[in-house]
Amino acid sequence: MSEQTDFLSVRGLTKHYVQRGIGRRQTVHALDDVSFTVARGETVGLVGESGSGKTTIGRAILRLIEPTAGQVLLDGTDVTALSPRALRRFRKRMQYVFQDPYASLSPRMTIGEILTEGLVLQGVRGREKRRQMALDALASVDLPADALDRYAFEFSGGQRQRIGIARALVLEPELIVADEPVSALDVSVQAQTINLLRSLQQRNNLTMLFISHDLGVVEYVCDRIIVLFLGRIMEIASSETLLKAPRHPYTRALISAVPGLDPDADRSGQQVLQGDIPNPANPPSGCVFRTRCPHAIDRCAAEVPPLEEVEPGHFKACIRDV
Amino acid sequence: MPLSPMTEPMAAPPADAAPEPTLRVDGLKVGFGGSQTRLIAVEDISLHISPGRTLALVGESGSGKSVTSLAVIRLLAARGRIVSGRIALRDKAGAVRDLVELDEPALEAVRGNDLGMIFQEPMTSLNPVLTVGEQIAEPIRIHMGLSRRAAMQRAIEMLDRVGIPGAAERARQYPHEFSGGMRQRVTIAIALACDPVLLLADEPTTALDVTVQMQILNLLRSLQQQQGMAMLFVTHNFGVVAEIAHDVSVMYAGQIVEHGTVRQVLKTPRHPYTRGLLACVPQLGTASEHKKQATPLFSIPGMVPSLRDMPRGCRFAARCVHAEARCREATPALETTDTGNIARCIRWNEI
Repeated sequence: MSEQTDFLSVRGLTKHYVQRGIGRRQTVHALDDVSFTVARGETVGLVGESGSGKTTIGRAILRLIEPTAGQVLLDGTDVTALSPRALRRFRKRMQYVFQDPYASLSPRMTIGEILTEGLVLQGVRGREKRRQMALDALASVDLPADALDRYAFEFSGGQRQRIGIARALVLEPELIVADEPVSALDVSVQAQTINLLRSLQQRNNLTMLFISHDLGVVEYVCDRIIVLFLGRIMEIASSETLLKAPRHPYTRALISAVPGLDPDADRSGQQVLQGDIPNPANPPSGCVFRTRCPHAIDRCAAEVPPLEEVEPGHFKACIRDV
Repeated sequence: MPLSPMTEPMAAPPADAAPEPTLRVDGLKVGFGGSQTRLIAVEDISLHISPGRTLALVGESGSGKSVTSLAVIRLLAARGRIVSGRIALRDKAGAVRDLVELDEPALEAVRGNDLGMIFQEPMTSLNPVLTVGEQIAEPIRIHMGLSRRAAMQRAIEMLDRVGIPGAAERARQYPHEFSGGMRQRVTIAIALACDPVLLLADEPTTALDVTVQMQILNLLRSLQQQQGMAMLFVTHNFGVVAEIAHDVSVMYAGQIVEHGTVRQVLKTPRHPYTRGLLACVPQLGTASEHKKQATPLFSIPGMVPSLRDMPRGCRFAARCVHAEARCREATPALETTDTGNIARCIRWNEI
């Protein structure tokens, strides 16, 4: 993984929150020492359950939250070292699509205002030019031009999510972080949105981080998948390899837990994980997954398993070979 | 399971229907708003569930699946009203009562007793200022007349039965001390505390992570085997349907558009909407093929019609690739198809 080909490079990204209660103080480990790279034009999925840190990674990369430690390099620029002023200019190159299409659009602004606000902030001059850029963005998400003068409430959930995508695209960013962009949508609309994202990706050579808890959706959208658990990377592989030949026990359990559509499927080999996701304020020592892992041994508690390359491009953080 | 004639409301069950259904809904129609702005949310809903069986009501937002389940427990919001129909529940004593006819005190004797319910968000259905033990014991005291001490003992047994370790200590804790999956187990313990004949479950695993969802589905399945209750399971997720249900009714725009056993509906769907919905679901392990061939994921064009502006004829016609002029003329009746499914489509035989 050389410096030149890595468009996005995340190194040792860590985010801790300090919680102060009455007479106690605890550190929540939202993200611990996460490193990965993304090539230009690649779509990488961040998958995990609640508390896995997938959203924290997305937000920390754009510095919507400040990481506790670690570096984010985008096209060679250290995003974590930018001054507030430089960061604002730099945000033109990286944009975010939010999960909830109802909460993420202002009810008091027209779609035109929503789409051009970023352009104004980025100093794009000329009202007509901004309007034209907004129209182009709308067209790229298959919405009609008359949407520009309407308000968010006039649109369905799926259309709103396309407006959210258009808002990210209007600045012609190089990196898009899409945080559960289809999770709030019904399946028929979800499929439309997935197809849209795939075509945009190909047309604009976008680099995308796609955050989702839904492995099926991630497999469709992403070239590579990063599986997270409790703030740490468990496994990285191409979508095809990850689904067909997962190496980490957590990935296997996650795949096994997704209910399929075949009522006659043989469930005898199904692994049902026991227990709950551990408390991130008090994560298990060593491997964070060991308390739920059917293969855990004493050594798993002693050391944090390093993320090791088991095959070219396939990484896992597990000391057991199971 | 023999399919009773759903198209003929109030018809007697066929002679070979072995156990009497626990729940039998006939011709249910629910409206919202005053007489001026009456909107019909669901209509012509007929279904039945036998003891030990699970019927899944599946559909997208606005299909009417939750309205149907709320109507069954008579918990519609203030402006919602059952316009017509019958909701017959065979209670613990074997007596059949029409819930539509019952007044509020009579309903209170049924809810939590003959009828248990669990909802999507476990935190909002639990009381934050009562211990979970007290919350499980409450219906036991009210409906079964047990003493405080005996009710608490049964509450602890219920906690144990739903797989909460250290039940006796956990019973003294408050909901905030439980994780999401554990809270849902608590609501299941409350719902099943009085050994109901019917459990209504409205998207009970939607707010949970997949590994926890699987635990809860397995738990519900094993509890059903132990207690033999009938279950009405509302969900939007066909994967969950395949996992938990015996029978399925697919809803679209306030009507049931297809019904059958889970195998019939998932393997040989006959209604174009059911077929479309199943094709929209990204299935694990199939994407790589799609990507290689550059085929898009199937999607249904357009969106669900508004209640205020329901089209004439088949409500799915505007989004259906097989629609013809005659589809828009009259509401299609539910017809029994070659595979035994019941489908609300006049062209099921041609497509």
